[in-house]
Amino acid sequence: MANEQIQYVTAPKVDDNRKKYCRFKKNGIKYIDYKDEKFLLKFINDQGKVLPRRLTGTSLKFQRKVAQAVKRARHIGLLPYVTDSLK
Amino acid sequence: MLQPTKNFEKPKTIHTFAAPFNAGKTLKQSKIMQQYETVVILTPLLTEESAKEVIAKYTKLLKDGGAEIVQEDNWGLKKLAYPIQKKSTGYYHLTEFKAPGDLINKLEVEYRRDERVLRFLTIALDKHAIAYNEKKRSGAFNQKKTAKTEEAAS
Repeated sequence: MANEQIQYVTAPKVDDNRKKYCRFKKNGIKYIDYKDEKFLLKFINDQGKVLPRRLTGTSLKFQRKVAQAVKRARHIGLLPYVTDSLK
Repeated sequence: MLQPTKNFEKPKTIHTFAAPFNAGKTLKQSKIMQQYETVVILTPLLTEESAKEVIAKYTKLLKDGGAEIVQEDNWGLKKLAYPIQKKSTGYYHLTEFKAPGDLINKLEVEYRRDERVLRFLTIALDKHAIAYNEKKRSGAFNQKKTAKTEEAAS
């Protein structure tokens, strides 16, 4: 009994409580280019949906701009509206 | 009760309001130029030369309408992320220009009538966008871009 290893139901977090931050605020980026689809890929999931702020850490101000840029990129055929195999 | 002094001051205030109103009118006559950016996708059925001709037609239309071309960028034949009008590729062309607002409507009407245009997108640029585009044009941008990607990787 004493020699039994402790088993966790969920995997324990190993020192990964880094605080999320808005990369646009931190780097002083003020404009998000809708023509740069490779950059926008970081903000969408493999279905082509925009990732929530709670995952990317983007501030509200820039989340709106990211969403706008993604929509523009979709319109001019740089990003897909629907897909299953992005990334 | 009305005071006579107040009545005397009233025309004064109207006068001060009238001045900016008139100033706005004169600005409208000279037409405020705003900076815009248009991306056009042309059908891949065109040859490279005829695609250039179509583009030249639209730049001429812009210039005739009193626009000032800031920058042009031809991306060439590119693959689309999804089929548009059953085409999977298209000629991309980007034009950045300063123009009076009513010209945009004329330009977009022409785009809609043109069968060779698959898609277009016109946006008004704010000051950050103009700064970004200038930086991109001057070429000092590659360093910033790598910094951006590094940031995302970490």
